Amino acid sequence: MKKEWPLWEVFVRSKNGLEHRHFGSLHAADADMALENARDVYTRRNEGVSIWVVESKHITASNPEHNAELFEPAQDKVYRHPTFYDLPDEIKHM
Amino acid sequence: MSEAQIKSLEEEFEARIARDEKIEPKDWMPEKYRKTHIRQMSQHAHSEIVGMLPEGNWITRAPSLRRKVALLAKVQDEGGHGLYLYSATETLGITRDEMFEQLHSGKAKYSSIFNYPAITWADMGAIGWLVDGAAIINQVALCGTSFGPYARAMVRICKEESFHQRQGYEITLKLAQGTPEQKAMAQDALDRWWWPSLMMFGPKDDESPNTVQSMKWKLKRKTNDELRQQFVDQTVPQAESIGLTIPDPDLKWNEEKQGYDFGEIDWDEFWQVVKGHGPCNKERMKARVSAWENGQWVRDAAMAYAEKQQLRKEKQAV
Repeated sequence: MKKEWPLWEVFVRSKNGLEHRHFGSLHAADADMALENARDVYTRRNEGVSIWVVESKHITASNPEHNAELFEPAQDKVYRHPTFYDLPDEIKHM
Repeated sequence: MSEAQIKSLEEEFEARIARDEKIEPKDWMPEKYRKTHIRQMSQHAHSEIVGMLPEGNWITRAPSLRRKVALLAKVQDEGGHGLYLYSATETLGITRDEMFEQLHSGKAKYSSIFNYPAITWADMGAIGWLVDGAAIINQVALCGTSFGPYARAMVRICKEESFHQRQGYEITLKLAQGTPEQKAMAQDALDRWWWPSLMMFGPKDDESPNTVQSMKWKLKRKTNDELRQQFVDQTVPQAESIGLTIPDPDLKWNEEKQGYDFGEIDWDEFWQVVKGHGPCNKERMKARVSAWENGQWVRDAAMAYAEKQQLRKEKQAV
């Protein structure tokens, strides 16, 4: 039959209070196996308390070639940052 | 794309690396960068996987439970490191099966060190101490490499690897402090693994044509000879401290360069092993290919089961 197991992306929460972070990917036949493999491959030394797996094909990624139109417009909007606003030195707690 | 356009993209690309920016999988990259990385990263992954074989052989014969759990954990780590590296390589557009095919057909290489036999328990000490020691020197240099997925895998691997070297040194140390027979075993293992470990850093700089390009892409941060010197300088005192002798009559401290001078490596042997004529090349590939082929039905069954479950779920949803 020779069919390669699908690719899964693995996200691990290292401790409660922190977000899940992308750790890497692996191959597995189904979601249950992906979770089990993720445990063995990415958490051999207590690196996590929770694992998410998602089949790689379900992730839609932005294209780096479009980075200019996606991300550059934010660059000239300095007024979104507090330091843009001039206040007299004697004003406190702001 | 016109040639001029490609040239300007290439210049921008090189400039990004020079600024220490990382390259991520979907970024534009020169074809040569992609190919070189696929080659080096997959070879690195293959080395981890084949590297499990000489040690796996000793798990059932470890002399104590303490040694056994350590060796088991080390071999499992190597499997894990191979998996990190395979999936990092897949981001460059090659499939896992293609990489396995290249390994099994002999098209892709792996580190020659694993083509030497592990014939006594003392070899488990020498491999951890020397082979992992040499690997760590190579790998620490790679943590800052330009390709993001490779650099991230290296960081994780380096963190895990230092226990490998320490457990190997501890094995050697205990043997060196043991009976005369045990000490002789430790010395014998050092005698056999020393020169192959020095070969792990690759050909001499003036015979390593890719060094300039690899330095530019930060696939190398130091040259082969620099890394080899670092290994010798740090390992010699470790041997002396436990009363073992490095098997090199030309080894001598050089006050001026603040490092050791050492004898000439047998480069004929090096190339023989690289070309497939080492003591265990055939045995290693046979073990690897048979594990892969005998596992085929398991992989197929797991896939068939997953597809059946999926189908059942879809039917129930209707």
